[in-house]
Amino acid sequence: MRLKGRVIARGTASGEILLSSEPISFLGGVDAKSGKVIEKGHPLFGKSIAGKVLVFPRGKGSTVGTYVIYQLKKNGVAPSAIINEEAEIIVAVGAIISEIPMLDKLEGYERLKTGMTVFVNADEGYAEV
Amino acid sequence: MYLSRDEEKILGGVEGEGKAKAMEILCAIGKIYGADKLIPISSAQVAGVSYKTIGDAGLEFLSDFAEKGAKAAVPSFLNPAGMDLENWKKMGIPDEFAEKQLRIIEAYMEMGIHSTCTCTPYLIGIRPKLGEHIAWSESSAISFANSMLGARTNRESAVSALSSAIIGKTPNFGLHLDENRRASLVVEVAAPISKMSDFGALGIIAGKAAKEKIPAFIGLEPKLANEDRMKSLGAAMAASGSVALYYARGITPEWRLADEPENLEGIVVEAKDLAETKERMQSADALDLVTIGCPHCSLSEIGEIAEKVKGKKLKMMLWVCTSRKMKEEAVRRGYAKIIEKAGGLVVADTCMVVAPIEEMGFKATGANSGKAATYLPSLCRQKIKFADIEELL
Repeated sequence: MRLKGRVIARGTASGEILLSSEPISFLGGVDAKSGKVIEKGHPLFGKSIAGKVLVFPRGKGSTVGTYVIYQLKKNGVAPSAIINEEAEIIVAVGAIISEIPMLDKLEGYERLKTGMTVFVNADEGYAEV
Repeated sequence: MYLSRDEEKILGGVEGEGKAKAMEILCAIGKIYGADKLIPISSAQVAGVSYKTIGDAGLEFLSDFAEKGAKAAVPSFLNPAGMDLENWKKMGIPDEFAEKQLRIIEAYMEMGIHSTCTCTPYLIGIRPKLGEHIAWSESSAISFANSMLGARTNRESAVSALSSAIIGKTPNFGLHLDENRRASLVVEVAAPISKMSDFGALGIIAGKAAKEKIPAFIGLEPKLANEDRMKSLGAAMAASGSVALYYARGITPEWRLADEPENLEGIVVEAKDLAETKERMQSADALDLVTIGCPHCSLSEIGEIAEKVKGKKLKMMLWVCTSRKMKEEAVRRGYAKIIEKAGGLVVADTCMVVAPIEEMGFKATGANSGKAATYLPSLCRQKIKFADIEELL
């Protein structure tokens, strides 16, 4: 199934979906060394986002989160791609500077589930499950 | 968002990787906020300078980005750093912090950003005119530029302002457009407001009520509302809320545009509200440090402090925070010497909020600024006293 979306950060990648029903704060919410979610009470608490196609509604928290995404990438534990329900600036800019392909406003966003394998084409603007 | 042929080329990488990234960032922001095109700006003011706020993550990004070779296309300036770039030893800044802070400044300078680190660029000659488009990211400077000067800027983030500096443009949305600059909340001031701390407390109240709305003040006395006090008011509103633009009858240049308050919801601020707000914020008795200059002091403010401490020996440390240019002028006029003789310091390039004061042994800090009083407990783990200079010293 091919789902059309809006290009936020260019590039292509594929991987397994890790879905969060809640927004993610990268500063204080994700450990830049391990790529694990460390925000207590978060649905992804303890899970690693490394290499995953990370699907979540939107970013939240400090704008320094942009730089944490960059650190994740440099440490080799960034998600391979990001899909947001609706992008905001913290994650959008983080994805661009870190060269992580990113889409938002995907038609059929709600059909994405953890564990699905997906190809994200953020040059042309679609995700193929 | 529409891109001209030249802009498309930059996005495609014809002018280098750094510029392409900056353009990609502006395009994403434009897309997210529904901008129709990019518009030229006359200056950029870039936040995200203190090592304390951006940490190793920020330092790493800035060093790498500077290596890509992109340079600022318009006059661009920095927000305060985590220390006085020349006198950091005298301030008691740890060596490791200083080393990393200087690397951040170097990276920005490599990108052609001036190392003028101040939240009040408008006091040192960087004064955009009425209607001029700019991309600034320090919240109090945004408020001052939009409101007191009638220039136009959105609330830029560190990276969006840096991208705008490099491209010389910003996406056309939000406060760049007339229709988004209408007042949306009336703040009626029914209290005698004269002291600096009154303006700060009023800002805290109005900011909380306004959140992201655009307040229109009525009842402020134009004779008392000088630039020093209005910068304090705007700074407090941007800290307790997200106010990027306000109007004040008879004071801000475009106040007539907002003068139809009868159709708007409103709040009334009375003397008891100001007193309650100040009272609620107090948490310290004995002070280790008194800090003045949030936003950075004007020359007349530094002169006023010098007059007050002349011949005295202060019981606590005093930091008078300002821009480097203003400090140089304060040295020339002898104000800095008077303040140092009393046991204080005129500190340039930094302030009490972005310097690592919690790591330097300070536990209780006094401030006459509503913005500083808002941030000191959370960002610097300080007990605070929020009052005017006379009462603090």
